Amino acid sequence: MATMRNALPRRLVGLASLRAVSTSSLGTFPKRVKIVEVGARDGLQNEKNIVSTSTKIKLIDMLSEAGLPVIEATSFVSPKWVPQMADNAEVLKGIQKFPGINYPVLTPNIKGFQAAIAAGAKEVTVFGAASELFTKKNTNCSIEESLQRSDEILKAARAADIPVRGYVSCVLGCPYEGKISPAKVAEVTKKMYSMGCYEISLGDTIGVGTPGVMKDMLSAVMHEVPVAALAVHCHDTYGQALANTLMALQMGVSVVDSSVAGLGGCPYAQGASGNLATEDLVYMLSGLGIHTGVNLQKLLEAGTFICQALNRKTSSKVAQATCKL
Amino acid sequence: MGNVPSAVKHCLSYQQLLREHLWIGDSVAGALDPAQETPQLSGLPEYVKIVEVGPRDGLQNEKVIVPTDIKIEFINQLSQTGLSVIEVTSFVSSRWVPQVAAGATEISVFGAASESFSKKNINCSIEESMQKFEEVVKSARHMNIPVRGYVSCALGCPYEGTIIPQKVTEVSKRLYGMGCYEISLGDTIGVGTPGSMKRMLESVMKEIPPSALAVHCHDTYGQALANILTALQMGINVVDSAVSGLGGCPYAKGASGNVATEDLIYMLNGLGLNTGVNLYKVMEAGDFICKAVNKTTNSKVAQASFNA
Repeated sequence: MATMRNALPRRLVGLASLRAVSTSSLGTFPKRVKIVEVGARDGLQNEKNIVSTSTKIKLIDMLSEAGLPVIEATSFVSPKWVPQMADNAEVLKGIQKFPGINYPVLTPNIKGFQAAIAAGAKEVTVFGAASELFTKKNTNCSIEESLQRSDEILKAARAADIPVRGYVSCVLGCPYEGKISPAKVAEVTKKMYSMGCYEISLGDTIGVGTPGVMKDMLSAVMHEVPVAALAVHCHDTYGQALANTLMALQMGVSVVDSSVAGLGGCPYAQGASGNLATEDLVYMLSGLGIHTGVNLQKLLEAGTFICQALNRKTSSKVAQATCKL
Repeated sequence: MGNVPSAVKHCLSYQQLLREHLWIGDSVAGALDPAQETPQLSGLPEYVKIVEVGPRDGLQNEKVIVPTDIKIEFINQLSQTGLSVIEVTSFVSSRWVPQVAAGATEISVFGAASESFSKKNINCSIEESMQKFEEVVKSARHMNIPVRGYVSCALGCPYEGTIIPQKVTEVSKRLYGMGCYEISLGDTIGVGTPGSMKRMLESVMKEIPPSALAVHCHDTYGQALANILTALQMGINVVDSAVSGLGGCPYAKGASGNVATEDLIYMLNGLGLNTGVNLYKVMEAGDFICKAVNKTTNSKVAQASFNA
């Protein structure tokens, strides 16, 4: 665990100081990138059509075959809020657990955590946000209260030797508050890291970010949390996801979330796209000579399968270009 | 992250955020308000010239043929957006003189970094095409007509596969040497990624100043904006794009083609770079032409905004 650094003063020293933070030169990229596949959870959760348990299991098995190192399997949020994930325990029990692949599940509170453990979860994820209003509307409590809930889970997880991944939403903008300050993102991220999350995924929830704001946000966060513990979760609502991800890689981030076929629309902009498509991400990383361990062909097959099951077209450009359907 | 009420779609802050990000209502000049704290990535050009190829490269690759009056209206709308270059010319043949007589003020010549592509596309070798272009460019310059050069397959060829950067440099240098004022390097089949873009530009920039270069990225594999960002970081400040991402890819059925001007402007605005273009007016022109050719836009910004 990294040493704690002194907190940044509340007021930003000034944009110039952020720009001065070390930025990778153009040619420096990580040699390996870990892709966290969120299609089966974040993706399916935001699709209109609900698919059967067996379809979900098959999708996850296909994703495992494709070599993705981390596949978020399901969510233990109450089915009242997320009916798409009502079969969470069955899914978790039904999937093949490939050695070397992690299958984290989302847990919003201690009750969800306990249900997850009972269903055999070996890793969980907790979520927070860099926006008070978003937290209020999404989970009906303040950021502080939501962090307390996460802390409860983290304590229980530590006792059970279960690693916990954290999410921070709205890192580049909020549908309610508008602009989000990098300092706020750094504050929430630092708290989650110090509570014990081994990794924090920074989410551009509404996809409004562009490479400059991504860089400024990461600069602020990297003052507080080592880059090895950071991931980016970019939404492609405005077509910026891959460019933002590229910037994050240039800053030293080596963990990227994405969703097969770009599953999952954006609940804030009807008809808009949501997640970055894993196929398109893998294509870029492969072109950059960065190792991911993912077999693009098998990934494309998983994408074709789930799109047929959902009766929708893929959002992945690579899939559109290569599949002759 | 649970589901959220649909009322969110109509919340004022979101509309405000859209306005901030889409610069709706801004002046056409698009000049940055110094009071605004738009983060600016250091090392990027301050101003980026967008070359709008929708009416030419875009419509040329659409299945539906657009009636002339619609084309004219489309171009008129684009002219109101602040775009300084709107390409309406078509392929140059040896019979380019009538085009000049018809009022063309600029001419383009299309070379390729691939022998196979050159043969299949314009039925002659690279060398033969260069000789033809020499004549064209010489005559054009006599008449004080500027010539823009294109190099296709700069990052890959549908027939030959990998294209070495040196070949792109060789062809670009020829075109520049004969008098083209600008060379647009095209990733014709969209296979490029930031690494190959960087290697290609490093090679070309040894021979041609960055101010005379442009990039023309296709989004067939979703790589266009990432590739453009890389080019900007290398000092390129001219980018081709097509409103609504018009124009499919003739080499990959059903695949997308040009990068959407709206999505490009969104990124450039976010980067704090000056383009002089009003994004909202571009979106309106995009909406117009998509309805006219009965197709859904390829622009993510348009998809997100018109339904918000």
